[in-house]
Amino acid sequence: MDLANPTRFMSFSGRLLPWLGGACALAFAAGLYLTFFVAPDDYQQGATVKIMFLHVPAAWLAMMCYSIMAISALGTLVWKHPLADVSARAAAPIGAAFTFLSLVTGSLWGKPMWGTYWVWDARLTSVLVLFVMYLGLIALWRTMEDPIRAGKAAAVLTLVGAVNLPIIKFSVDWWNTLHQPASVMRLDGPTIHPTILWPLLTMALAFTLLFLVMHLMAMRNEILRRRLRTLQLGAAGTRVAAARPQAAE
Amino acid sequence: MTAADRPRGWLAALFSRELRLSLRSGGGALIGVLFFLAVVTVIPFGVGPDLNLLARIGPAVLWIGALLATLLGLDRLFQADRDDGSLDLVLIAGRPLEIVVLIKCLAHWAGTCLPLVAAAPVLAIFLNLEPLAIGAVTLTLAVGTPALTLIGAVGAALTVSLRRGGLLLAVLVVPFSIPVLIFGVSASGAAVSEPAPFLAPFLYLCAITLIAAVVGPFAAAAGLRFSAD
Repeated sequence: MDLANPTRFMSFSGRLLPWLGGACALAFAAGLYLTFFVAPDDYQQGATVKIMFLHVPAAWLAMMCYSIMAISALGTLVWKHPLADVSARAAAPIGAAFTFLSLVTGSLWGKPMWGTYWVWDARLTSVLVLFVMYLGLIALWRTMEDPIRAGKAAAVLTLVGAVNLPIIKFSVDWWNTLHQPASVMRLDGPTIHPTILWPLLTMALAFTLLFLVMHLMAMRNEILRRRLRTLQLGAAGTRVAAARPQAAE
Repeated sequence: MTAADRPRGWLAALFSRELRLSLRSGGGALIGVLFFLAVVTVIPFGVGPDLNLLARIGPAVLWIGALLATLLGLDRLFQADRDDGSLDLVLIAGRPLEIVVLIKCLAHWAGTCLPLVAAAPVLAIFLNLEPLAIGAVTLTLAVGTPALTLIGAVGAALTVSLRRGGLLLAVLVVPFSIPVLIFGVSASGAAVSEPAPFLAPFLYLCAITLIAAVVGPFAAAAGLRFSAD
């Protein structure tokens, strides 16, 4: 099925969205139930460990969203795919929101556990840099009037900024940091107990579905916004053309 | 036979054109040094004239001042050429645009950042740095500021078509300049404090500059091509 055609994409995503939304609601219901009634409290951290079920999926999604933007940037620059630019632009505010969420939940978790809301360690700093890059990209998109040109400029910057992703991922291994090292995505298997792992993975699924729903909706909005812009430009053009003979008289 | 006709003579011709434009009247390259001086002068009023404290934070102050002064001058990199149309001539001249960008960056660095490096030892005396630290800061600035210019070239190329791109340019470039700042400051700090090694962060700084010399011109050339069509 050729989704490069925006009209086909609109009808396909319109049919897909209710199902995705329903699945997202179900996953959140299951994930929140598992989080609050199945996952045990930590013997040291008590109930504050529940923050993890929001914090970790939000941080994963923050990075996945940037990865999707980087792939879309390749699609814009290399294959000139008409929807790649729409996808990247729609993903940026969502990614910024997830990054903000992971920073806020992380600092709220850090206060009782580490005794401080913020430390300048490698993981926190690199995620803050990711947040600033999201905001810079959004600013670049909003500053340029022509969406096509803005999309290309943002795509170049997105690809250059992709160097930050491996830095975030491996920052806890390369530097000695206060932030704990990876415990789920490891080559030798996860090191956390199944009663915590399964609720966490369910929440991650719920967050991913939420991202998909919001991304598709934002892409549909962006396509409609561009159609509106084309219509307005066309209408303005006809007005100018209609006014011109009078001006000549 | 002029310089531009000889093989590879156009590189030297382009370099000297850029350098002359940035140094002579209207280029505004040396204003960066004045700005650097202003930033360093303001710091003791902000943190208090405690000489021990200034000696401790001195390398960081010099690095931040150099970063801000570099950011300030970056919009000159392509803006003037776009305004008078010579950027379009460069684009259609058929020379490899990546090389052109690299040469422009080198000339821009020689015109704006090299004076900063030269001014750093003098300003370091204001900040009560010891001789070893002065040498370390100057060396790290000499190695690290090309990376700032080359990274900044990407932002300058992307915002070249904007009316007031200077502020946005700074916002876009700052996240990418953080690694340069980290290794520059840690190398110059390590030269003074005994246990921390100087060589490791210094070599990282060299590596970042080399990477920026590869990635920067390619990304900036791509940005310039997209802004032209």
